[in-house]
Amino acid sequence: MLNYIWFGLMAIALIVAAFNGTAGAVTKGAVDSAKTAVEIALGLIGIMTLWLGIMRVAEKAGLISLLGRLLRPFGRLLFPEIPPEHPAIGAMILNIAANMLGLSNAATPFGIKAMEELQELNPQKETASNAMVTFMALNTAGIQFIPATMIAVLAASGSKNPTAIISTTILATSCGAVAAVSTAKLLQRFFPYEETPHVDVTPDEVTK
Amino acid sequence: MIRAALNAISLWAIPVLLVGIPLVGMIRKIKVYDVFIEGAKEGFQVAVRIIPFLVGILVAIGMFRASGAMDMLTNALRPLTTATGFPADLVPLAILRTLSGSGSLAFTTDLVKRFGPDSVIGRTAATMYGSSETTFYVLAVYFGSVGVKRTRHAIPAALTGDLVAAIAAVAVCAWMF
Repeated sequence: MLNYIWFGLMAIALIVAAFNGTAGAVTKGAVDSAKTAVEIALGLIGIMTLWLGIMRVAEKAGLISLLGRLLRPFGRLLFPEIPPEHPAIGAMILNIAANMLGLSNAATPFGIKAMEELQELNPQKETASNAMVTFMALNTAGIQFIPATMIAVLAASGSKNPTAIISTTILATSCGAVAAVSTAKLLQRFFPYEETPHVDVTPDEVTK
Repeated sequence: MIRAALNAISLWAIPVLLVGIPLVGMIRKIKVYDVFIEGAKEGFQVAVRIIPFLVGILVAIGMFRASGAMDMLTNALRPLTTATGFPADLVPLAILRTLSGSGSLAFTTDLVKRFGPDSVIGRTAATMYGSSETTFYVLAVYFGSVGVKRTRHAIPAALTGDLVAAIAAVAVCAWMF
């Protein structure tokens, strides 16, 4: 699917550029975006290193699996195929908790750690497991309790009550999260994990 | 009250975790510094590993936006949205939010300035921004970090969530403000 979306975005850009005469802008868009992407990735190195180190300490100290056991019902409901004491559950809980508190710096390393743990349980390394997709659904829903960035934007524009959006944001994001996770659960059977015989035809062409 | 508590947690969470986790490790007789270094070694590789995924996604989105295709898409969707009562000014934001974090932030800030920070549109835009994530960025980073290429139903599920969150933002704000 990503193959189609990726190619589609660029192909549409080229066609539209031909009509709008925006070829120059498209070139600039491509070059600038490539630069931004690398800057984002490199910008993650510091916090990633810090939190992956702390996470390893937490794991060795048994804190990650403790978290999974404490929130067992949550794990069982959303990720029935992952054992509750597996570090994946604890890492996912930390990621979601950090997101909720608006600690996006910490959330990304926790989430990546969670994906690495989920990948250990995933027999086909290039295919997303059901647990991974459910976790991504929760993550892309962007659940947070304090939309700090937006409160700052409203306050900077002279709002009398910038925190008025907290309740509306929590309501809207909850609706989104429930919808995303339900869709993930509903769709998983229609996107079979097992691909048809594992022969050597380019597997990319088999499942889309 | 709850807000003050949440703010305090946000403020203190990181320093407390940074000290608290190694503290538990010390109590459990773990060589915390050695273990920290062992885990921290992965940080660099992870960041480097996501570069190709991130470049791929962000370049395609960057080209799409720069070409003006984004504006055409929102114009094309306009009749549909006016029929359903979704404010036309917020349509571009709903689409942009899933594609570009910095782009949607700039767009939201502009809407807030134009309509006023206490207007329904301004607040709805802020709610919309706050209630969702930059889906394609998130998917590129997380799937990229473990090298997953076949994402199965991740995109449909995420986009359904984004759509519902956007509609919910409009509905909730219309009701509250």
